[in-house]
Amino acid sequence: MLKSSKKTGLVFFPAFDWAIDPTHPEREERLLYTQDQVAEEGIFDISGIVEYKPDLVTANEIRRTHFCVPDEAAITTQSHLISAGGATVIARAVMEKKIDNGFALVRPPGHHAMRISHGGRGFCHINIEAIMVEMIRQQYGVRKVAIIDTDCHHGDGTNDIYWHDPDTLFISLHQDGRTLYPGSGFTGELGGPNAKGSNLNIPLPPATSTEGYLYVIRNSVLPALEEFKPEIIVNSAGQDNHYTDPLTNMKFSAQGYAELTTLLKPDIAVLEGGYSIEGALPYVNLGIILALAAMDYSKVIEPDYDEERLKQASHVTDSIKRTSDVINDYWKRRYELREKAGNHGEIQERHREIFYDTDNIFERQKERVRICRDCAGALEIDSKASPGLHILAVHIPLNACNVCKETGYEMFDRAIHSNKKYDKIFLQDRPKDSYIVR
Amino acid sequence: MIIGLDVGGTHTDAVLLSENGLERHVKVPTDTSNLFNTVLSGFDLLLDGIDSFKVKRVVISTTLTTNSVVQKQLNPVGIIVSSGPGIDPKLFRRGEHFYTVSGSIDHRGRERSPINRAEIEQISETIKNAGIEYVGVIGKFSPRNPAHELEIRDILKKNFHTIFLGHKVSGNLNFPRRIATVHLNTAVYSMHKNFFNAVNDTLKQKGLKAPIQILKADGGTMNLATSMEFPGQTILSGPAASVMGAIHHAPADKDVLVLDIGGTTTDIAILVNKAPLLEPVGVGRGKYKSLIRALHTTSRGIGGDSQVTAIERYIDKTDGVCDKRGRDIDIAGNAKSDNLINSRQKIKALQIGPGRQGPALAFGGPALTPTDAMIWLGIMEGGNKKLAEEGLALLAETLGISIRETAEKIFHQTCETIVSVANIMVDQINKKPVYTVHEFLEGYKIRPQQILLLGGPAPYFASKIEEISGIKTTVLPNSSVANAIGAALARTTCEVSLLVDTERGVATAPEENFTASVSNSYRKDDAIKTAIALLEKKAVNAGADLKNFEAETTEFQSFNVVRQFALRGKIFRIKMQVKPGLIKGFSHGF
Repeated sequence: MLKSSKKTGLVFFPAFDWAIDPTHPEREERLLYTQDQVAEEGIFDISGIVEYKPDLVTANEIRRTHFCVPDEAAITTQSHLISAGGATVIARAVMEKKIDNGFALVRPPGHHAMRISHGGRGFCHINIEAIMVEMIRQQYGVRKVAIIDTDCHHGDGTNDIYWHDPDTLFISLHQDGRTLYPGSGFTGELGGPNAKGSNLNIPLPPATSTEGYLYVIRNSVLPALEEFKPEIIVNSAGQDNHYTDPLTNMKFSAQGYAELTTLLKPDIAVLEGGYSIEGALPYVNLGIILALAAMDYSKVIEPDYDEERLKQASHVTDSIKRTSDVINDYWKRRYELREKAGNHGEIQERHREIFYDTDNIFERQKERVRICRDCAGALEIDSKASPGLHILAVHIPLNACNVCKETGYEMFDRAIHSNKKYDKIFLQDRPKDSYIVR
Repeated sequence: MIIGLDVGGTHTDAVLLSENGLERHVKVPTDTSNLFNTVLSGFDLLLDGIDSFKVKRVVISTTLTTNSVVQKQLNPVGIIVSSGPGIDPKLFRRGEHFYTVSGSIDHRGRERSPINRAEIEQISETIKNAGIEYVGVIGKFSPRNPAHELEIRDILKKNFHTIFLGHKVSGNLNFPRRIATVHLNTAVYSMHKNFFNAVNDTLKQKGLKAPIQILKADGGTMNLATSMEFPGQTILSGPAASVMGAIHHAPADKDVLVLDIGGTTTDIAILVNKAPLLEPVGVGRGKYKSLIRALHTTSRGIGGDSQVTAIERYIDKTDGVCDKRGRDIDIAGNAKSDNLINSRQKIKALQIGPGRQGPALAFGGPALTPTDAMIWLGIMEGGNKKLAEEGLALLAETLGISIRETAEKIFHQTCETIVSVANIMVDQINKKPVYTVHEFLEGYKIRPQQILLLGGPAPYFASKIEEISGIKTTVLPNSSVANAIGAALARTTCEVSLLVDTERGVATAPEENFTASVSNSYRKDDAIKTAIALLEKKAVNAGADLKNFEAETTEFQSFNVVRQFALRGKIFRIKMQVKPGLIKGFSHGF
């Protein structure tokens, strides 16, 4: 019987009876061939690989991350709760040292879901990694977390949730936003004034191949991780950068993905996108599983793999090197950038427009954050969705200083007494782990 | 009349049943070095003075295959494996003559690279020249498309008469298990064939005209011809016989634990509404891991004749839980870390099993056993109480407690261990992952409402097990031959897997050599109808009487095939089985 070198946990939840609609890329069949490949390889018979049953996340767990409008039940289905629950089950097993690392092969995905969620965008309703990370922080007292998002689309939801948090290093590798949904994730998007540089966005040109991905991992991601010293590394393991993906234009391979996993050594990997359900997912998922378990993956090669065709053009290589240098420079100057971003105690404003492509919702946000050198800063968001509600949400971060705690309650009180007609007013007090809705 | 014969580790039981019930039962010692003689002496005793023409059915359950695996007496055979992307197939090597060859089929059954004829021809010669007679051929994803296995077989035909193919053993996907299963079938084939042909001929000479049936690990039977294709299926049929013997006494609409308490081991199985629970993929135990359909059973080395000793172990002074070495453990018994806990205390504790030295002291055996404790306590009659007391006294001194306390402790701990093994088994089944939202939300949980006990010492344990588990516990009538009764009454079973892919326009059941073309209007009902027809045909071929036929869909999945964002067809996957159960017409008097 085979034995793995590392003890690896898997949650496999293909949700064979759930789809956005029958021909949507996010449909029942998506993990079918992955299931076939994993079953045929006898993965669950390997001694050292443990399969877990997912949990359902509760509304309270969602409320540590999101403001769901009008509420959690209205914008989620059981499938979303199980998907997030799959990630939390793996996280608990890792935290309790039952396994060395783990992979939640779940659907639907979550990395486009932002802090305020009026519904589905980019096939996502709630952010499964963020819900998992906040569970880890709440229950196991972990502070510093790194989330490396290797999905081909910019992980704009996770980016939004941790925009102001200096304790979360969020790095997204994705296809250049000028050529792909959601159209964001440029190098200059570094985070809010309290967390500049703890958000790194690495746009890659179309036709980036395995070589380019691994270059960025070695030259930018690993050095940043080395300095940041996270207690937990999470990989948002989208697989749509594969050369066969129908929605994107990259040249990544199963071998490349397995090697990336070996380099990154994530404690927890969570499946995100990936819509080449026959040509990529069965092989990429297998590669990731074997890499996590520290087993030989050298024979996990797609049947139509053609090394010549997947070579990276030299202008692509040059462009990637330039981007990597820019990122490394930002990372080196992150404290200086935070200083320059504003003065301690000031309130900084940001205006945004967000489009929910899956549910056809248009949202306008006005965000106000207290610039703070002691914590992630009290945060207030005025959000109006059409169709939808007009709400005000206040977030007091987990390690908030006393002034920011007070500021948060002042923001909440002011909203209650304001003459603006909010449909709902929310207060998310992370230090107290409480959530108030008015 | 019908006959059931079950060869056990120590005894062989045979029963003769009629419409009126148990007519006769015999018990002979098992001679593991000569099972053929054991079986014959069982039949001789059973049939003495009986008109053998009246016997309409004969079912035999033997340990032939299990023994040969345990004793590593498998014949050398040739194994040829073609794979494709994935884990290196060399890691699944079985035996000396193991060859990995080119050729690859993907998860939807499409050929991705062809086999190499010259390569196979050369390997065929090499295996033949090594004096090997039997060959197994296994392809990755062959249940999706067996073309490569068939091509390789055709090349091998020149040199080999009997060739075992992977896609024949199961529709389930699991390449390493498929290799193990084909290897087992190939390696036990000649032994199985010689044994059963000899038994069959001898029984014929005795005037027994009924065709013999052989018990399988799933608690069903198969005829001689089918068994020659899948001899490995006879593995672990012993526990299956006992479980089938309990079905008749199980209440409908209830979850029931079946505990077969023997001298050395206790086997545990679960019945839901009179049907035994099966392993999801196949036999799941350690070295037997395979695609062979099997009852879900757990075995533990504890029984009436288990050796009882005193061992030193640690307890945690604060909460009482730590392992033998003094490490802190969680509820499941796993050590949380390698550090020894400070508050530990060394105590003398009882260890029951897993070994058996021989019979109980009271029956002239070499070591103290739970049976001795029961005899001393007056729970069980017979034996030499004085010998039991001597053994108990020695242990009592080591533990620093009285003889009565020692005997009670042994008895209690034996029952407690059996109950906790059963509870852990139920927990593990209930924790099994499911793959759809519906299954997740509707998740059926096993909650045993009754315990059925069988096996020699079972009657003496019943009331204590009921007290500890809090579950109504009853002992089967004729519990010491319930296994042979189970074998006699077991239905002929089989399973089919049907795959329909309307985009590709085909319905296939590779195990059954079935292929048909289908149109885009093919529906779920059509698929079910086809599967039932295939199942009926297969059951009849395996010797089933259609009046006992009960089809059950064990898996049904349907998916849309979407290409370029348009619906192009549907995939249906169906698994259907003859539900394991009892044949009709023999429901009285056991």
